[in-house]
Amino acid sequence: MSRKLSEEEYNRQRLVRMKHWLSGEKDLYLDNVEVVLDGECEPDKRKLESYEHDLDEMKTRTYDTEHNRVYRFFQRFYKMAAVLCCVALVFILIMEVSYLPPIGSASNPASNEVAAKYIEDGLQDTGAVNIVTGMILDYRAFDTFGESNVLFIATCTVLILMRNDKKKGKGSAEEEERRDSHYEPKKDAILQMGARILVPIIMLFGIYIILNGHLSPGGGFSGGAIIGAGLILYLNAFGFEKTERFFTEKTYKVVSFGSLLFYCLAKSYSFYTGAHHLESGIPLGTPGAIISSGLILPLNICVGLVVACTMYAFFALFRKGGF
Amino acid sequence: MHIFEYILMGFLIICAISVSFSKNLLNSILIFMSYSLVMSIIWILLESPDLAITEAAVGAGVTSVLFFVTLKKIHALREEEEETDE
Repeated sequence: MSRKLSEEEYNRQRLVRMKHWLSGEKDLYLDNVEVVLDGECEPDKRKLESYEHDLDEMKTRTYDTEHNRVYRFFQRFYKMAAVLCCVALVFILIMEVSYLPPIGSASNPASNEVAAKYIEDGLQDTGAVNIVTGMILDYRAFDTFGESNVLFIATCTVLILMRNDKKKGKGSAEEEERRDSHYEPKKDAILQMGARILVPIIMLFGIYIILNGHLSPGGGFSGGAIIGAGLILYLNAFGFEKTERFFTEKTYKVVSFGSLLFYCLAKSYSFYTGAHHLESGIPLGTPGAIISSGLILPLNICVGLVVACTMYAFFALFRKGGF
Repeated sequence: MHIFEYILMGFLIICAISVSFSKNLLNSILIFMSYSLVMSIIWILLESPDLAITEAAVGAGVTSVLFFVTLKKIHALREEEEETDE
């Protein structure tokens, strides 16, 4: 049942046409699409003028704020709406306040048995002399874990916003830093001398606060912030080439990730069970000694490392868009 | 002792209002710094030294430094310098 196709018929078949089109032999759009060549179409001057006139009139009428009724209506409407929203919000908040329990009442939700239990059994349960640290790193360790993660996520966000990916040349990190510190005094003697004396003291004070978090006021967050401030002072006095010797992007990654991972592994057993307190198997030691109160000291160090790295990373990213 | 607390509270309120009404951004940051310092003293008087240390380190130290760097990034500091030069 085969019949011989003529060449014309064969060329009209779809597959063949597609093959031709793919190999670029024939332009299928030739003679099929109407194309107006340049020069053939003469612009009509009267039409063009009337079009421009219409456009100008439209523009003047739109931006003529004095006589544009819609514009004036919306201008007034926005003011009225803003005032109405504020009044409504104030009204709602004042109504809300009237539903709050009275100050100092014994049946307030704040004065339940939880606070009393923390104060009474805190030392026995956690072994921490400082009740605040016992609370935030033992009873409420999950909240502190979330806070540390928030800091890490904040650094990631700043990294996305301020990061400078260009390696060399114009707009690179070094160029940015040079432009940034153009108006600053180079190798300022007073600043360098002050930093030389102050930075070791600030660092020691921060380490002291972190290590004594379970004994005296302070803890991971405050100590980490102090160490971060010391690092920033050192960076300002001596520049990036000195700090890059011990703190690079890799250091930040390793320290932050390691701390968060250790925190997660050390406490996830109690997060998983949902119990407020489980025996960790680590002896609590004598209250008041440095090595006591079980997991609180390592967790404090972890939080302190994360906070210090975050503070320094914020500053470095703001200054030159890199570590 | 109560008088001292009242003086500090009054200073706090004045600081909080003048931060938002100050036209100069640099002055705003400096007032904000002093606000944090006074706040940390008040935390000590309220017997919470943990918060006082954090407030002094974060509020008066790191946050203000970050604000300064931000002002520099948006070239708000340099313009003022040029204005004073003129």
